[in-house]
Amino acid sequence: MIPAGFEYHRPGDIASAIGILQEHGDEARVIAGGHSLIPMMKLRMAEMGHLVDLQAIDELKGIQIGSDTVTLGAMVTQHELITHDGLAAAIPLIREAALQIADPQVRYMGTVGGNVANGDPGNDMPGLMQCLNATFELSGPDGNRSVAAREFYEAAYFTAREDEEILTRISIPVPGAGVGQAYEKQKRKIGDYATAAAAVMVGNGTASVAMTNLADTPIWSEGASAALADGDVNGCVAAMLDAIEPVADNRGPVEFKKHVAAVMLRRAIDRAQSRAG
Amino acid sequence: MSKMHVKLTVNGKEVEGLAEPRTLLIHFLREDLKITGPHIGCETSHCGACTVDIDGKSVKSCTTFVAQVNGADITTVEGLTNDDGSLGVLQEMFREHHGLQCGFCTPGMITRAHRLLQENPNPTEEEIRFGMAGNLCRCTGYQNIVKAISASADMLNAQKEAAE
Repeated sequence: MIPAGFEYHRPGDIASAIGILQEHGDEARVIAGGHSLIPMMKLRMAEMGHLVDLQAIDELKGIQIGSDTVTLGAMVTQHELITHDGLAAAIPLIREAALQIADPQVRYMGTVGGNVANGDPGNDMPGLMQCLNATFELSGPDGNRSVAAREFYEAAYFTAREDEEILTRISIPVPGAGVGQAYEKQKRKIGDYATAAAAVMVGNGTASVAMTNLADTPIWSEGASAALADGDVNGCVAAMLDAIEPVADNRGPVEFKKHVAAVMLRRAIDRAQSRAG
Repeated sequence: MSKMHVKLTVNGKEVEGLAEPRTLLIHFLREDLKITGPHIGCETSHCGACTVDIDGKSVKSCTTFVAQVNGADITTVEGLTNDDGSLGVLQEMFREHHGLQCGFCTPGMITRAHRLLQENPNPTEEEIRFGMAGNLCRCTGYQNIVKAISASADMLNAQKEAAE
């Protein structure tokens, strides 16, 4: 399993990385942790003439905990998300979800930016970021712009990011005190993508509900969130089951996925409510 | 594609070589450096037999380009022996507790367990199982692997206490 050849670049800042993407156009791709991209390259399902490694760019690193906002550099790894105590105190949902991604070795390498930017419907962070109402910061040849996580995903592997843009940071509003949070994921084995996963926040008369791997994109449902904010759990589950569009695959038929989706969502709601103040 | 100059520290020694950027680290270690402790199992980042320690992280070397780790400090199972060449604590405990049968997964198991114990010197059984979840063994049923790691933690802690 040898990937096709490529020229390797390790730029030291965002501007240089964008310059390489501009110079080589379709022929260039960025690599973060590489644990989604390299397997695709080994299968020759991804080939590029130029690989732009983002590891040496300090601007893409670090976790900042503010009183209202948490920002995560795109190159922050799942391992760093898990081991950062300030983050666990500010938004415990992130550690809870990150612990359910892949396995320890993959979490040392896999990054939050790669996870959200890849557009893989199986990835956990996109749904989580929609639940948290995060904003993605993008840098490109024309400067910087922000896109809400809830508006970022267009179809499987298609996002609002342009080819010459790099996702640089993620900003997340800190949920108020008293907001309970929970992430529930059903998977066949450690390291697997979700059969169904649910991210839930509830408390102070507000709620937000998103689900993963049950459609081409993550699904955040305004109707399900509004129902849960009113305390209507059955209405929330019904609205979410109406919003998802699972397809049959090796994780099961559509009826099974809808069943698992409802179970995961109810468990996440129960746990989030038990944690609400 | 032209080759690039690669410089690494492997098991405390500086090594150099030429490699295409697309070369996977596991192939560079085994074929260029003849360091054959890390094994190629599934080659799809599931089994963990190729696990090495890179700058303090457990990494699957089948899913890492040598270009990405140029300049890094790498430890393989060969680097976990004692200075006199005798078996290190984890290696000895895997032998003692029969933590292997065919032995194919063992280099990855021991290298991963090494990092796990660096980060958590007193793991519970559950923490060992969760921390070793990226390594598959098709022989042992894991029971003796968990025992070997637990015994290693006790022995390493006793050694540390004795040294203080």
